[in-house]
Amino acid sequence: MNQTLTKRRKLRLESDSGWGYAFIAVALIAFCLFTAYPVINAFMISLQEYRPLGSTYVGLENFKNSFTDELFWKAIKNTAVYTLLTVPINILISFLIAILIIPFKKRTQTVFKAIYYLPAVASGVAMAVVWLWIFDPLKSGIANQIVMFFGMENQNWLGSSATAMFSLVLMSWLSSHGTAIIIYLAALLGIDNSYYEAAEIDGATFLQKLWFIVIPFLKPTTLFLLVTGIIGSFQVFQNAYLMTGGGPDHATTMVGLLIFNNAFTYFEFGEAAAQSLVLAAIIAIVSFIQFKFLGKDIEY
Amino acid sequence: MALYNNNFKSKWALFVRNGLIIAFLVLFALATIFPIYFMLISSFGDPVEAGAMSYSLIPNKISFESYKFFFNFSPYSWDWLLNSLIVAACITVSNVIFATLAGYAFAKMKFKGKNILFAILLGSMMIPGQVTQVPLYILIVNIFELQNTYPALIMPSIVTVYNIFLVKQFMSSIPGEILEAAKIEGCSQPKIFWHIIAPLSKTVMAVLAILTFMAAWNDFFWPFLVTNTMDMQTIQVGLKNFRFANTTYFAPMMAGATISAVPMFILFFSLQKYFLEGVTVGAVKG
Repeated sequence: MNQTLTKRRKLRLESDSGWGYAFIAVALIAFCLFTAYPVINAFMISLQEYRPLGSTYVGLENFKNSFTDELFWKAIKNTAVYTLLTVPINILISFLIAILIIPFKKRTQTVFKAIYYLPAVASGVAMAVVWLWIFDPLKSGIANQIVMFFGMENQNWLGSSATAMFSLVLMSWLSSHGTAIIIYLAALLGIDNSYYEAAEIDGATFLQKLWFIVIPFLKPTTLFLLVTGIIGSFQVFQNAYLMTGGGPDHATTMVGLLIFNNAFTYFEFGEAAAQSLVLAAIIAIVSFIQFKFLGKDIEY
Repeated sequence: MALYNNNFKSKWALFVRNGLIIAFLVLFALATIFPIYFMLISSFGDPVEAGAMSYSLIPNKISFESYKFFFNFSPYSWDWLLNSLIVAACITVSNVIFATLAGYAFAKMKFKGKNILFAILLGSMMIPGQVTQVPLYILIVNIFELQNTYPALIMPSIVTVYNIFLVKQFMSSIPGEILEAAKIEGCSQPKIFWHIIAPLSKTVMAVLAILTFMAAWNDFFWPFLVTNTMDMQTIQVGLKNFRFANTTYFAPMMAGATISAVPMFILFFSLQKYFLEGVTVGAVKG
């Protein structure tokens, strides 16, 4: 009797059960209410013709409609094109900048880091408003002045289906790379000098060092940026919504925007939920493939 | 010896190389901050309709008429700023408190189901926002009937999984011995948290507060969905309304964009260290 009592007391000293649950209580309630419940509900709504007062069960109708909808496929294609044009090039830019910053003193590095980070601080709406004017289709527009300086025709940037997508891509290239640059820099500083020294003794050139030491060492970082970049890019919607509205002729309708329009312009909640689940599945598959093929020789 | 070879025969070669690199970095930096420069410069122009005006990159005069124009657009323009401030401040305070508590619990406390709960939280970060957006909207607007209220703007962001993860990462580096010692001395968990953990975690709390405040201030999508009158809108939603109502007024639009962005610039330049540090806290060991 006495022994079990001390055992129990000892257990209580080791485990923080009561307080542990108290400390995570708010986080857990918020998670259940605003993440877990909506996710489960999304599955249910996707099987319904949603009406505020009494929805009807329609089975897989919403999914079938989505898959036979040309616009849905076009949106997926647009999203894929946007992702392919932005994510790899943005990573390449960040990598290049990080490599070029590294030989300088810490203070110089910080100044550049701050400058490259700055556009991320400004709100997306503000930046969309500014870029809208940069892409002014009149001859006096900034973008047009630049291309005309190089002897090209002035463009109807966001207003023509030939250039609208490219305009959004260009905006992404010239937006903030601060986060990726900082992450790359942190990883670069983690490479031990002895590797470079050994390479130098063997007479390695700068490019050889880059290729045989830096790139393999930064592979986990690159994979991290690639996966998070693609996940983010697949959900992109704000710039398309604010700058082109998905037009012209749906040339910039991304999946995120299509879901938004279905839900909050046409109030087709069922179809929007179905499409969002398809999007989630695509993101999961793409992330899985990346880990499978690129993450092979990475140890965590 | 490092990645770069610095053993040049002449000092000039080193100087030229570094000069070329700096030139490239500056050029790209100019390209990235150009939109911000353009926004600031143009906001001091006169509030006339754009028409065939030409944009100048050097300010020829400084006038605040466009700012006046922006604030006169709606009687609620000042409210937008105030709403943004209230919402962002509430979200920041609640995240600092609850994410720190939960992050500490997940990093250092022992209780049943801890690991599985944390795995579920972490896994949920992979779910795209589009999946929860419709059901969350239905929950807040149709079930709780909170449309157009501060709780609707604040509640869904009361504590984010990302912040919990950030704190947990940081807390893992606090040595367990200190906590063991405190426990043996008979210190209760709330006391440990208040007297040991909180003072040690000031940096991560600052990073978390700043990044959360910025995200909440810049958030457009959710406030746009759950507000439907001008007096409850945030500055980002207000700016969007202004843009759609005054498509030809160039300078006032830039003034509005500047107003929405400048508070974050001030925050960034005064607390730059935490911003730049915050990026790597959650991402190390990708």
